Amino acid sequence: MKPVQHAANAANPVDFAKKTSLFTQIKKNYSAYLFLLPKLILFVAFIAIPVVWAFVLSFQEYKIFGSEWAGFDNYVKVFQSSAFYDALKNTFVFTLVTVPFNVISALIIASLIHPLGKWSQSFFRGAFYLPTVTSMVIVAMVWRWMYNYDFGLFNYVLGWFGMDPVNWLGQTSTALWSLIIMQCLIPFGVGIILYLAAMGSISNSLYEAATIDGANGFQKWLHITIPLLKPTTLYLVLLSTIGSFQVFTQIIMMTGGGPGTSTETLVHLIYKTGFRDFEFGYASAQSIVLFFIILIFSIIQFRVLRYDD
Amino acid sequence: MPKLNKTIIYALLIVFSIVSLLPLYWVFSTSLQLSSYQDEDLERSVSYVDSNPPKMYPMGIPEYFEHWGKARDAEKAGDDKDAAYHREVMHEIVTDSFSGFTTLFTKNNIGRWFLNSIYIAVIVTVGILLFDSMAGYVLAKKQFPGRNLIFYCIVGTMMIPGQVTLVPMFMMVKNLGIMDTHWALIFPDLSMVFGVFLMRQFMYSIPDELLDAARIDGAGEWKTFWQIVLPLARPGLAALGIFTFMNVWNSFLWPIIVLNDADLYTLPVGLKSLQDANLASFKLLMSGAAIASVPMIIVFVLFQRHFVKGLTLGGVKE
Repeated sequence: MKPVQHAANAANPVDFAKKTSLFTQIKKNYSAYLFLLPKLILFVAFIAIPVVWAFVLSFQEYKIFGSEWAGFDNYVKVFQSSAFYDALKNTFVFTLVTVPFNVISALIIASLIHPLGKWSQSFFRGAFYLPTVTSMVIVAMVWRWMYNYDFGLFNYVLGWFGMDPVNWLGQTSTALWSLIIMQCLIPFGVGIILYLAAMGSISNSLYEAATIDGANGFQKWLHITIPLLKPTTLYLVLLSTIGSFQVFTQIIMMTGGGPGTSTETLVHLIYKTGFRDFEFGYASAQSIVLFFIILIFSIIQFRVLRYDD
Repeated sequence: MPKLNKTIIYALLIVFSIVSLLPLYWVFSTSLQLSSYQDEDLERSVSYVDSNPPKMYPMGIPEYFEHWGKARDAEKAGDDKDAAYHREVMHEIVTDSFSGFTTLFTKNNIGRWFLNSIYIAVIVTVGILLFDSMAGYVLAKKQFPGRNLIFYCIVGTMMIPGQVTLVPMFMMVKNLGIMDTHWALIFPDLSMVFGVFLMRQFMYSIPDELLDAARIDGAGEWKTFWQIVLPLARPGLAALGIFTFMNVWNSFLWPIIVLNDADLYTLPVGLKSLQDANLASFKLLMSGAAIASVPMIIVFVLFQRHFVKGLTLGGVKE
C-alpha cells in the first residue's frame, strides 16, 4: 500500500509544473470533484464550519439577539469554576483506573484465548465482544438495576458474605467507584480482538528460537509477545483514553453527575452548560479545553509508549 | 503464554465470560420475570422483580412446565376440567411473562421508536457507504489539484472529539430549520469521516491495471466505479456498513439534544424517557432494553466475521 501512495504523491507536483495550468487540470478532472462533492458538502456543513464556529463561540457571550465578543472571559470562567475542577478530577480518576485495567485485562484474556482451537477462539471472542455491541444506554440501565439498593444483584451477593448492603450510586463516597467498577467489568472487546489479530501475526520462528534457548512459556510471553504487541497497545491505550475522557452515557443514565458533583465528568458538564443552562459560549470554551486535554494526553502517551524501549 | 493447564485456561475464560455476559443475561431474565405472586404470609401480592433475594431466572419457566405436566396428567386421568384449568394457568404465565413487551408496544409506542431507529440507521448506512466509497476512490486513485489538501482536512478533523461541535451543530440545525426532525440526526451522521479514511485505504489495493482496462474498453467514470471498484471493495464496505449501522443505532448524546417529540424518538432516547418517567418498573425498563439490544445481537451473530475484519482494518495500520 505504502509505496503506491508515495509514488503518487511524488508524481503530483511534477505533473503540475511540467504540463498544464491549474485550471486545465481542474477541468480535466471534473469527475473526481463530482465524486467528492456529496461528502464534501456534508463535511463542510456539519464538521468544518461547526469546528471553526466552536472556536469563535468560545470567545463570545451568546445572546439570542446578537452575541458579544467576550475575549478570554469564557476561558477564565472555565478555569475559575470549581465545577470544572471537580469534573476534571473525576474524569482523570475514571480514566487513570479504567484504561490500564481494561487494556491489561484485554491482553490477559487475549493471551488466554489465543492458544485455543479455532472453535473455542471464536466462541470466547464472541462472548467478550457481544456486550460491546449493545448500546451503553442499555448497559447503563441494567447496571443501575444491578446496583439497586433494595433489590439489586450486587447487594444480594454482598449478603452471601455477610456484608451490609451498599448504597452504590446514592452516596458520594461510592458513586464514582461504582461507575469505575462497571467500566472495568465491561470487557474491552475491541482490545481483545485487536490483540488476538496481532498475536496471530507474530512469527512462530521467534518462539521456536526462544524454546531452543530454553525459555519457558512465561518468559516467551514477557519477552517476545508483549514487546511485539506494543503498536497495538499504544493504539488501544490512545483509543480507550480518548473514549473515557468522553464518558457521558453512564453518567446521565445512572447518576446525573451526582450525588453532589461526585460523578460529574467533563462531557456531562459541557452537556449541562450547553443544553440545560444554554450558555453556548461557555460550553464551547469548555469543549475546546476538553479537546486540548485529550490532545495533550494523546501526545504524551504516543511519546512514552513509542520511545521507552 | 505461561504453561498453564488447559483446564485452568478454560475455567478462567468461562468465569470471565460469565462476568462479561451477566448484564445481558440480567436484562433478558428481568424482562421475562413474572410480575407478581400472592404471598401467603404477607397476604398481598409481591413483585418477583423487586424481591430479595433476587430471582435468578424467569420464574414463569418452571411454573409453566409444572402446569404443563399437571395438565398432561389430568388429561391422562380424563379430568378435562382440571386439564383446562392448567392450560388456562399456562396461558396466564406466558401472558404475564411477556407483559413488559406488550405494554411497551401498546402503551409506550416502542414500535414507533424501533422503526425510527431502523430507518435512520439504514438511510445513514447506505448514504455513508455510497458517499464514502466515492470519496475514498478518487482520493486513492485520481490525481487532481487539492487532493491532498482535502484529504488532510478530512483526516485532521478525526482527531477532534465530537463534543466540540455539539453547540455549533445545534445552532446549525436550528438555523436550517430541521430541529426536532430526523434530518437533524441523518445529516450530521452522514458527515462522519472515518469511512472516507477507511475506504481510501481499501481502494489502494485495487490494481490500477483493472481501472485502465475499463477505461480502454470505453467505460465512463461512473460505470468503472459502479461495476468494477465497488464489487472489489465489498469486504471494506461490509465492515464499514456494520460499524456505521452500529454507531447510528447506539447513538445517544446528539439525539437527546435535538429530539423533543416523543414520536420521533430513537430507541436509546425512548429508553431514557422511560427511565426518566420514573413510573416504569424494572421489568418494563429491561423489556425495553431487551428490544433495543436484540437487533444488534442478531447483526453481531450473523456478521461476526465482518466485525473482526472491520476492527482490524481500522485498527492495525502501519
